[in-house]
Amino acid sequence: MPFEYRSDIAHADVAFDAWAPTLEELFGEAARATMEVMVENLAEVRPAQTLEVKLEQENEEMLLFDFLNELLFYKDARRLILLPGEIEISPSDGGLTVRATLLGEEIAPTRHEMRTDVKAVTMLRYKVERVAQGWRATVVLDV
Amino acid sequence: MNVPAELKRISETIWELPVSHKEGMLVPARIVASEKLIHEMDAGVFEQVSNVATLPGIQRYAYCMPDGHWGYGFPIGGVAAMDPGSGVISPGGIGFDINCGMRLVLTNLTAEQVQPKLHQLIDRLFARIPTGVGCQGFIKMKSDDFRSVVQQGSRWCLKNGFATQNDLDMTEEGGCFPGANASDISQKAVERGYNQLGTLGSGNHYCEVQVVQPQNIIDQDLADAFGLTTVPNQVVIMFHCGSRGFGHQVATDYLKLFLSVMERKYGIKIVDRELACAPFHSPEGQAYFSAMKCAVNMAFANRQVILHRIREVFSDLFHASPDELGMRMVYDVAHNTAKLERHLVNSSRKELLVHRKGSTRAFGPGMPGLPECYQKTGQPVIIGGSMETGSYLLAGMSTGGDAWFTTAHGSGRTMSRHEAKKNFRGDKLQRDMEQRGIYVRTDSFGGLAEEAGAAYKNIDEVVEATELAGLSKRVARLVPIGNIKG
Repeated sequence: MPFEYRSDIAHADVAFDAWAPTLEELFGEAARATMEVMVENLAEVRPAQTLEVKLEQENEEMLLFDFLNELLFYKDARRLILLPGEIEISPSDGGLTVRATLLGEEIAPTRHEMRTDVKAVTMLRYKVERVAQGWRATVVLDV
Repeated sequence: MNVPAELKRISETIWELPVSHKEGMLVPARIVASEKLIHEMDAGVFEQVSNVATLPGIQRYAYCMPDGHWGYGFPIGGVAAMDPGSGVISPGGIGFDINCGMRLVLTNLTAEQVQPKLHQLIDRLFARIPTGVGCQGFIKMKSDDFRSVVQQGSRWCLKNGFATQNDLDMTEEGGCFPGANASDISQKAVERGYNQLGTLGSGNHYCEVQVVQPQNIIDQDLADAFGLTTVPNQVVIMFHCGSRGFGHQVATDYLKLFLSVMERKYGIKIVDRELACAPFHSPEGQAYFSAMKCAVNMAFANRQVILHRIREVFSDLFHASPDELGMRMVYDVAHNTAKLERHLVNSSRKELLVHRKGSTRAFGPGMPGLPECYQKTGQPVIIGGSMETGSYLLAGMSTGGDAWFTTAHGSGRTMSRHEAKKNFRGDKLQRDMEQRGIYVRTDSFGGLAEEAGAAYKNIDEVVEATELAGLSKRVARLVPIGNIKG
């Protein structure tokens, strides 16, 4: 299982652990875990729109923080449910840069079973770390 | 058993962790709870309230209210007052949903009059008040106009025909925190929020139709003063929502900014990154204070526009104007704010920056800032229970000074959302509730299951604890008959 929700961290919020062999895959899994809090049937989301995003941060933790927040921004600003396609993370002058293709469509209440809104990515117990199998993240979302 | 060994009982409902409990605590941490509630508290409450006690400039105590539960940075239910000169401002002490709050609105309709039309009423409220993830408001505006909304709050609503002067009078600070400057908010925050004015949201946000049954009036004089007993079995409306994506983005923007300057520029070390903060009088602290006020004002305007819609729905259905239906606001209470207030410290009055996160201001009788009509009664306090178990109207007490005249904000969760979804099914819960006389419409059965009554603390015990602690006094219990949920 690439991500797992946790009940033992925060009662009012939603916590998950995600893990993957590469940092790029970790970003993908964390994005899916975040979107699945809001959308029951992620498999029904059509890749009707494509967005290219480029974000830069000083380290992996803050880069993932910004990346997940970008998904929340598009959910509110353009009503888009987006899932990551290709993700590329590379060193840059400021630290690390992620270039990602986000694919998805506008929320369609007739087709998408919506759950609870995610307000923010919090810093509570927030961690992105190297582990023996690759990378692991712990994220608590404010809902 | 989560209770730390060092926890001392100070009175029937006040518990204290001394400064020796954790390295760096500057003041003791106090938790308001009955014996039963203290043993039900999350371990996270003790951890987080004692972390709050380490923040620079904190005065007297770090507090947690009896509905307290595990949050981020501060516990939900957290209260802390800082000396503005030496202290900090922390987004973690306010929350991401800035000025999430509640309103209570009266009608002169009785339950007997509303029951035959209850399904129609709830269906129409559900159709007319946008709910759920990604919902958009019914007021179309340009992003520049939105900048006026966040600077003016409810005053913008009054100018644009969505409010009455009495609505503003019944809202803290007249529905507009002064000093909100839109130049302190990001374009991203504007884009995230400008199409959401007049939306309820999801999670624990709801709009509920309730009945004041005569046997549930606890203090007749206060109930009369608050306008609760104009008719027997009076129907009232309570709703809960906040500053939506705009406020969430403001909080995220400044959490990141504070993390980048806190230690590097100001040498402040904290025990939890969610407590990121900056000196109140620093440029970053002042910018956040202003941006937070913008989000406070957005939330006031959001609840005001929703109130306008509720009035339209009632007016259409019952063929009478909102005035004829007696649709007067009792009060609007804010849950997630920081505000400069004057309080007694060591016998002299001092200006303090009071953070309230998941807790409610509860000014006692005679305090400045209350409308004239509530000067003798104290502030009305609206406590939303779970959608199954009822809610309360309380009044602030003159004995609440130790907790900076603050009380609880709701029931408080005891069960995680994940666990609640494992234990309850939304569609079954909806049917069961209807059999018990509560008609619910929702955008999400998963979301409904998460809000089941059994996932929350016992509201009766929570409000009783606040009364025994001298923070707020019970006026009436309110019973739900209909609810719309995101």
